[in-house]
Amino acid sequence: MKKLGKIYLVLVLLFLYVPIFVLIVFSFNETKSRSVFSGFTLDWYKRLFHNKIIISSLINTAIIAVIASIVSTVLGTLAAIGIHHMKKVPKSIVMNITNMPIINPEIVTGVSLMLLFVFFAARMNLEFGFVTLLIAHITFDVPYVILNVMPKFNQMNPHIFEAAQDLGCSPVKAFRKVVLPEIMPGVVSGFLMAFTYSLDDFVVSYFTSGSTSQTLPITIYSMTRRKVSPEINALSTLIFVAVVIVLIVKNAIENKTAKKNGYKGD
Amino acid sequence: MKLKYFSSPYLVWMIVFILVPLLMIAYFAFTSDSGEFTMKYISDVGQYANIFVRSIWLSLIATAICLVIAYPIAFILSRMDKHKQGTMLMIVMLPMWMNFLLRTYAWMTLLGNNGIINHLLGLMGFEPVKLINTSGAVVLGMVYNYLPFMILPLYSVMEKIDKSLFEAASDLGCSSVSTLFRVVIPLSMPGITSGVTMVFVPAISTFIISRMLGGGSNLLIGDLIEMQFLGNAYNPHLGAAISLVLMVIILVIMTVMNQFDPDEQVLM
Amino acid sequence: MENIISLKDIVVEFEDGEKILKNINLDIKDKEFVTFLGPSGCGKTTTLRIIAGFLEPTSGDVFFDGQRINGVPPHKRNVNTVFQRYALFPHLNVYENIAFGLRVKKVPEKEIRKRVCEMLEMVNLMGFEKRSVNRLSGGQQQRVAIARALVNHPKVLLLDEPLGALDLKLRKEMQIELRRIQQELELTFIYVTHDQEEALTMSDSIVVMNNGYIQQIGSPTDIYNEPVNAFVADFIGESNIVNGSMIQDCLVEFAGKHFQCVDRGFAPNEHVDVVIRPEDVKVIPEKNAELTGMVESVVFKGVHYEMCVDCVDKKWLIHSTKACPVGSVIGMAFDPDDIHIMKKTEDNT
Repeated sequence: MKKLGKIYLVLVLLFLYVPIFVLIVFSFNETKSRSVFSGFTLDWYKRLFHNKIIISSLINTAIIAVIASIVSTVLGTLAAIGIHHMKKVPKSIVMNITNMPIINPEIVTGVSLMLLFVFFAARMNLEFGFVTLLIAHITFDVPYVILNVMPKFNQMNPHIFEAAQDLGCSPVKAFRKVVLPEIMPGVVSGFLMAFTYSLDDFVVSYFTSGSTSQTLPITIYSMTRRKVSPEINALSTLIFVAVVIVLIVKNAIENKTAKKNGYKGD
Repeated sequence: MKLKYFSSPYLVWMIVFILVPLLMIAYFAFTSDSGEFTMKYISDVGQYANIFVRSIWLSLIATAICLVIAYPIAFILSRMDKHKQGTMLMIVMLPMWMNFLLRTYAWMTLLGNNGIINHLLGLMGFEPVKLINTSGAVVLGMVYNYLPFMILPLYSVMEKIDKSLFEAASDLGCSSVSTLFRVVIPLSMPGITSGVTMVFVPAISTFIISRMLGGGSNLLIGDLIEMQFLGNAYNPHLGAAISLVLMVIILVIMTVMNQFDPDEQVLM
Repeated sequence: MENIISLKDIVVEFEDGEKILKNINLDIKDKEFVTFLGPSGCGKTTTLRIIAGFLEPTSGDVFFDGQRINGVPPHKRNVNTVFQRYALFPHLNVYENIAFGLRVKKVPEKEIRKRVCEMLEMVNLMGFEKRSVNRLSGGQQQRVAIARALVNHPKVLLLDEPLGALDLKLRKEMQIELRRIQQELELTFIYVTHDQEEALTMSDSIVVMNNGYIQQIGSPTDIYNEPVNAFVADFIGESNIVNGSMIQDCLVEFAGKHFQCVDRGFAPNEHVDVVIRPEDVKVIPEKNAELTGMVESVVFKGVHYEMCVDCVDKKWLIHSTKACPVGSVIGMAFDPDDIHIMKKTEDNT
């Protein structure tokens, strides 16, 4: 039984990984063939680094992701504090609306924002581009921050804020000294989640970016629409390597903090 | 100083960029270019019934396949040694961190008429098979892309099931099969419902998978909406109407799903 | 009375080579209340899991009613278990939890209803049928767990530290109730605990375990009065254990003095453990005493005072109805039959 389970696990992992590895292997292929490996080359990587569109959209993606995730972390954390102190009915109304961008299909969020921007574009001097893209990203990022921070408030002992004041802190100082450290893990994971969603987003960006400000996923999409080019394979390889490194580092940090907190594996 | 006012900036943002845009979809769906009320676009959606049926059908198949593949995986993961679990879960989830488009592109190159699979078939002396631009390829793309969304919620529910419950079931006369049906499945129901929604919603509304793997002959709702906004068929009113119908379909299906899950409340 | 369960030469060794049970031999008589008693990690729960079938011994045989049952899966054994933290099914209400085993066996609905109701009555949970198990108190969950096991009419009920999570008052109540149920239904109960008082109160016989070995098997009185070694003596009640040596039969030397005792059969000058219970130490005036010591602390315990007395590099624990002031010097004396001589414990304890 155990053996059967292992075989099954390996089969599913093969299903998940084989396509990616094929992609990686053919990024070193001399010719453009997708099925015959004719010789090793690093040409596609060189071309990739000289491709101005890819480089500029990469920079653009990074800028948007950084700004959007910082803004949405501040906005979302403040919002979580406020929502936590609301009465039951307004709280549930706000939370239901906040959940919408998460539950709704991405395409609906993208289209709805596009309609809004079209409306403004017609009346004010708004153009599709960096600003609309940034607004869209912040809009779908904030709910993730709120959803990460809110549970920390619910887990927190409500008396620690009072205890800090009892021990001589002003409310502001009490908040900074005891409440903030308690919710910090939620704030950090919310920030990271927002950042990765921003980096990775295609659908919403696709509807709100216009032609002047492209993100990397949009560039990738237009590349796949045109001729087949092993540059995409090279790009995939680099992204895969980056993802692996980030996850390994993340895992190592988590293990270290787990050890520090005295967690022992069973 | 009242703490609840901390949320004011977000509330403004939420109203302007979440609520108003959704209301605009409804507004556009029910008005004509000149701003008059009309049911024309909503009734026009009926012309695309075949596309709706295809979308629902293909995404239901993909969801079912995901559930069947993911359930044993989640169970195996949840019963591993604790220190192995974290690493294994990371390995299973890692492909999800690759950009969605690249993962789909990978299948494009595998399934293509000159792709690796057909090349290998050729080497073995078989005729090439038409793999890409079929509805099967679309389902495959959905399963491949959304499988982790099914594994994760199932795993996190199963991981919380105490091992002693399996022993208790066995102690009370259950074989492994009846333990599965009487204990494991009922207890993992919340994971099943959230996994199903997490796969079904993106699957039914995708337009990339169908475009990259389905060719022109397998249009889905997502393609239809995209065409009304960014394609040649530019017609935001019809697009809004289709989006609205899509939201209603999803709402209905989620409500049905929630019937299976006593703990979960309908969110919308 | 015949044996319902027999364990023969049971050894359990984990993959990493760690031996949890080292050669366990045990017969359990029908309709008895048997307690496995020992500190955590002694192997008592492992022994229970072997009887339940959750664990197969590395070597050795398990007999049930004279039949060898090695390899029989738990769901085919005529025993039921009350789990440590109850293991109630959170997706089922009280009634369905109790009915679970009967439903699996496809017992007719009418009989299920009858038997579940009987059980609810027995554990005093009438009216709680529809209640979710998550909304029960610890004591109520405990009762559901017992009912869920007993409704299947097992020949043997296994209880794995079932009262561990309850507060003291509730524990006492449940101890009495469990004993009542066992006698009413005339069943064999095998009960695992690390609480010696619980073991003494409830059991017909006690199996004291340590480090994967059985130390002693006997009735509560036997175990308390005649512990076979220093470990059992110490575990069963607080004891003063000092090193001594046998001068001859009925004469022992410890703390530099000779004392009369009642034990025989030791080699001359054999090193032994001398065990004396705190309540057996008599406080006498200093000038009449062979052994004297200074009182270091006095604690009032309700029925008696507990004193810690420093005497020849050893702290003695004394239970006495009279308190002596801290710092005073007192004399200690013992009746010969209160001095228990035990062979030096070997490696296995």
